[in-house]
Amino acid sequence: MSTVSIRALNKFYGTFQALRGIDLEIAKGEVVCVIGPSGSGKSTLIRCINRLEEFSRDSAILVDGIPVVAGRSLAKVRAEVGMVFQNFNLFPHLTVRENVMLAPRRVRGTSRAEAANHANALLARVGIAEQADKYPEKLSGGQQQRVAIARALAMEPQVLLFDEPTSALDPEMVGEVLDVMKALAGTGVTMIVVTHEMGFARQVADRVIFMDGGEVIETGPPEQVLGAPREQRTQNFLSAVLNH
Amino acid sequence: MDVFDTFLNMAVLKRSLPMLLDGLWLTLQLGAASIVAGLVLGLVVALLRLYAVAPVRILMRIYIDIFRSIPLLVLLIVVYYALPFVGLRLTAFVSAMTALTLVSGAYTAEIFRAGIEAIPNGQFEASAALGLSHRHTMFDVILPQAVRIVIPPLTNNSINVVKDTALASVVAMPDLLKQATQAQALAANPTPLIGAALIYLAFLWPLVLLVSYLERHFNSGRRR
Repeated sequence: MSTVSIRALNKFYGTFQALRGIDLEIAKGEVVCVIGPSGSGKSTLIRCINRLEEFSRDSAILVDGIPVVAGRSLAKVRAEVGMVFQNFNLFPHLTVRENVMLAPRRVRGTSRAEAANHANALLARVGIAEQADKYPEKLSGGQQQRVAIARALAMEPQVLLFDEPTSALDPEMVGEVLDVMKALAGTGVTMIVVTHEMGFARQVADRVIFMDGGEVIETGPPEQVLGAPREQRTQNFLSAVLNH
Repeated sequence: MDVFDTFLNMAVLKRSLPMLLDGLWLTLQLGAASIVAGLVLGLVVALLRLYAVAPVRILMRIYIDIFRSIPLLVLLIVVYYALPFVGLRLTAFVSAMTALTLVSGAYTAEIFRAGIEAIPNGQFEASAALGLSHRHTMFDVILPQAVRIVIPPLTNNSINVVKDTALASVVAMPDLLKQATQAQALAANPTPLIGAALIYLAFLWPLVLLVSYLERHFNSGRRR
């Protein structure tokens, strides 16, 4: 069974159709990179998976078999789906450790001591254990994004969504975040990554999805989509991205 | 000399001081009770105004607009002198506290709303993505950040509430101002009024300075 199942997904902003009948099945443990020009709907797509965006009633998304619909079951889905944002969105009034502890304590009812231990272990895993008592604003962008990854991992999600996780970073910090993401791939967590990092997609992805105009244009293993794209629009996009 | 005898007569001041202090105590009780009640009311109204179902949101808007428009003195007189005609007879203290709370609550609601709306949408999204409930999102993420923003304007509003307690003297509540006017009548000398004015100043001037400090402190702390 697919971990994420997307069926005929349509999304409208007023009369503008941002997503046009997207069908996707993503297997457990799969690492999927979504690429495409800005405005192609790739961020909108992954924001539908945890319903940060509403979508048309005739569409369906299932996570682990649970329909992503408004109401009580949504909290269940969101607890299973972690998200990492372009702008980190850390909680500025909480320390790094408290950022990681908050959701387990409030959503799962984990004890303070247990949540703190788990947070320390996660922060060590993303390489910032020594920053645990600082506030986010004292950290570099790359460190903040690694905290955000630890925060998402704290809920032990089945699925991790990354919405352009390195786009807001200074170039010298992109590598440290991608390294953490590479380490995560292959741990069994399903990853859906919207990114402009073609090198990352080539190395880490099991599958690359190219989107344009709210549609999936081409999908396949990275060596095929990135190396030998069949569709003209994919070729145009890749040549624009790679030759500048 | 003459001026001092008239306006700062130490003998009169000494005699009227117990009355003034009684009044001060009542003023502080009324002020504190109205500030606390207004804060609670304002927070509830702000949350309903932002997140309740549409009819409740509209009701809250109407409440806020009405009580920001009506002069406090008018409201106070209506509560104290008009409500008894429908069988609702409130003491002077309760009337004054009701009027002050209703008005302070309306201003406080607008302050809280502005504070909550100043929190970036990403904070709501990160909370939602983690599976936090609305209640936890508000109390663990949004309000702790909003409170930092609203502390200076809330302090300012609290100063206004304390100043406005003086209006309670028109419904015969023996607050600081009322006691001062009575002491003045007894002594046939305006010194108690000057004394009351100085007591108000002594309490409120430091608070005004505090607001200025808080505004500078929170502004420098948040901007990078």
